[in-house]
Amino acid sequence: MSILKPKGGQSQSSRNALRSYLGAYGFMAPAGVLVIVFFLIPVAIVLYLSVTNLASSNFTSDLAKMEFVGLRNYETLLNDQFARKIFFNTIFYVLFTLSIFNVSAALIVSLLTTHIDRNAGFLFRALWILPRITSPVVYILIWKRMMAEAPFGIINQFNEFLGQPTYNYVATNPWVFVIVVNGFIGISFGMIIFTSAIESIPKDLLNASLVDGSSKLQRIRYVILPLIRWPLLFVVTYQTLSLLTSFVEIQLLTDGGPGLYRTEVWSLTAFHRALSNYFGNAQWGYGSAFAVLLVLIGVVLAVVYMRVFRFDELIAEPRVEVL
Amino acid sequence: MRITIDNLTKKFGDVVGVEDLTLHIDDGEFVAFLGPSGCGKTTTLLTLAGIYKPTEGQIRFGERVVNQVQPKDRNIGMVFQSYALYPHMTVFQNIAYPLKLKKVAKNIQRERVQQVANVMGIGNLLDRRPGQLSGGQQQRVALGRALVKEPDVLLFDEPLSNLDARLRLTMRGEIKHLQKDLGITSIYVTHDQVEAMTMADRIAVMNGGHLQAFDAPDELYSRPKTQFVAGFVGNPPMNFVSVEVSRSNGRFIAETDRLRLEVGGDRGGAAAGFAGAVVMGIRPEDIQISGDGDIAGEIYVVEPLGREDLIDVRVGPHSFLLLAGAETQYRAGEEVKLAFDMDKVQFFDPQTEKSILWQQ
Ligand SMILES: Nc1ncnc2c1ncn2[C@@H]1O[C@H](COP(=O)(O)OP(=O)(O)OP(=O)(O)O)[C@@H](O)[C@H]1O
Ligand SMILES: [Mg+2]
Repeated sequence: MSILKPKGGQSQSSRNALRSYLGAYGFMAPAGVLVIVFFLIPVAIVLYLSVTNLASSNFTSDLAKMEFVGLRNYETLLNDQFARKIFFNTIFYVLFTLSIFNVSAALIVSLLTTHIDRNAGFLFRALWILPRITSPVVYILIWKRMMAEAPFGIINQFNEFLGQPTYNYVATNPWVFVIVVNGFIGISFGMIIFTSAIESIPKDLLNASLVDGSSKLQRIRYVILPLIRWPLLFVVTYQTLSLLTSFVEIQLLTDGGPGLYRTEVWSLTAFHRALSNYFGNAQWGYGSAFAVLLVLIGVVLAVVYMRVFRFDELIAEPRVEVL
Repeated sequence: MRITIDNLTKKFGDVVGVEDLTLHIDDGEFVAFLGPSGCGKTTTLLTLAGIYKPTEGQIRFGERVVNQVQPKDRNIGMVFQSYALYPHMTVFQNIAYPLKLKKVAKNIQRERVQQVANVMGIGNLLDRRPGQLSGGQQQRVALGRALVKEPDVLLFDEPLSNLDARLRLTMRGEIKHLQKDLGITSIYVTHDQVEAMTMADRIAVMNGGHLQAFDAPDELYSRPKTQFVAGFVGNPPMNFVSVEVSRSNGRFIAETDRLRLEVGGDRGGAAAGFAGAVVMGIRPEDIQISGDGDIAGEIYVVEPLGREDLIDVRVGPHSFLLLAGAETQYRAGEEVKLAFDMDKVQFFDPQTEKSILWQQ
């Protein structure tokens, strides 16, 4: 652009610059509108609700009539004896589901299915996608039927048949249940991304490593894993954020139980408080405070990940120069 | 290391990569695989490297049958057409990789890599990544990586085809020199016949998954055993024309419409003994434009090559490529007389495409 200086002096070139800016924003507009309508505006509304005491008892849809209570909801939240437990529940849930299933298991499935016969690998991966494309209600029902107490649960029927003692799996090990059920859904995302990343490594590179003297395992360690580093970090980031906000499966499975908040996570609490509290007493204001904190945590985590993993290095300079 | 390939066949499902290949390569020999695209050169190379398992046949390194031996246990160095440098490693790490896998001590690794890099003239680039190198430099890194572990066998898959003509010429000499110096048995895949002719001790000419010939370069050039070899080896390619050879008054005459040429005794005799038409081949340098030539033709096109001109002359329905000095000033459309050096012609059976003069 500096070489091809447009003729006609200052005004012409500034008009050109303006036009190219308008062009750039024009292309970004559709995505921008979506972000505004479906993220920024809802966040603003929730933010506002979180500083009111709106609940079933004083319901109004008129923003002006809602009672402003300042940060009282946040104060209540910090003093809530269960908020602390729910916070650590959330960390536990995200950490274990992410590390065991969404990343490790996904990586193992991708590596295995790219090292066997192509069609077999494809079939195997297709099976792993089933949990994701099955409606959550159906998927959870299947699990519940499998794990239910005797004499209903399928596994317990086997136990009885084999003369083994029966278990109430969900009641005794709710976390295992929650993490496995979510993890089985979570695998497919990383699996698809990792598989396509592995398959896009040039064949020559993979062959070269073998000729250079590596075993297949050494090739994974020294060549494949370093070459899929970015997809790996991306999946870690994306899935952390997505697990933080997911609660549908837990709601259907245990609804935060058994007992008081045994498997309750933060996003589920926001939902419970705001929309599904006992005796129809919905606390929109208080629930919004939970939601706002979750958004805050998400944004902070996203920034931290971007810094730690240096995602800016990943973004190449555009090849197309705007003239 | 002596390499013995016996009846090697490699199929991918129904697709034939290479079929019934038998080749015996001597210790320290430099062999070129030459053939058009898709003829099975890379397949053969990767089968030798152990990446592909042979469908049938046997490969021996020395006395050891290696059919089931993993690539890492074959001690092979390979240079890929794409160079296949690991983009996440520096030049140093790339070259050191085979040593690291062999668990060579760190300080010896450093020494050996530096030594190889110096020989390759890339000693000052060790900290760079492949993405920051020119094609020629990448090629040297790839060569260094193949050499550093002192392999028993070196495999090259068209290593020069991505370089410019000048660099190709230099690297050609360097690779050949290095190979002779180290005495490592080498197989060099190319579809550039000049590369094969200049570098190799022997050339294996392949076509459609089959071995066509395996001979020294000058042997292939002057005594081609099949019409394919005759046409593929040599640039510009040999001219072919279908003729009848007959004997009259103790002389042998090759004849077709507009052509009537006397052939020397040995070659003519063999061709005349063949029933029916034969394919006659003659190289461009064996045809001269000359005042006392006995074939009249018309120049169709003149292509200046610098040192000489490539001229296409039409004689009736036939077309002949020939070479003339650049100082000559022929023009398209000019009528000329051609003299054929009939002591150098080749004859082929039109059905089997095998030479009538040289038996397999
Ligand atoms: N992995 C594979 N699966 C199926 N067919 C293959 C495979 N590799 C090679 N082929 C087929 O085998 C034949 C020989 O291929 P090969 O790569 O050996 O050719 P080549 O002589 O190296 O050609 P080029 O000069 O273009 O590199 C081709 O018909 C090709 O399509
Ligand atoms: Mg090839």
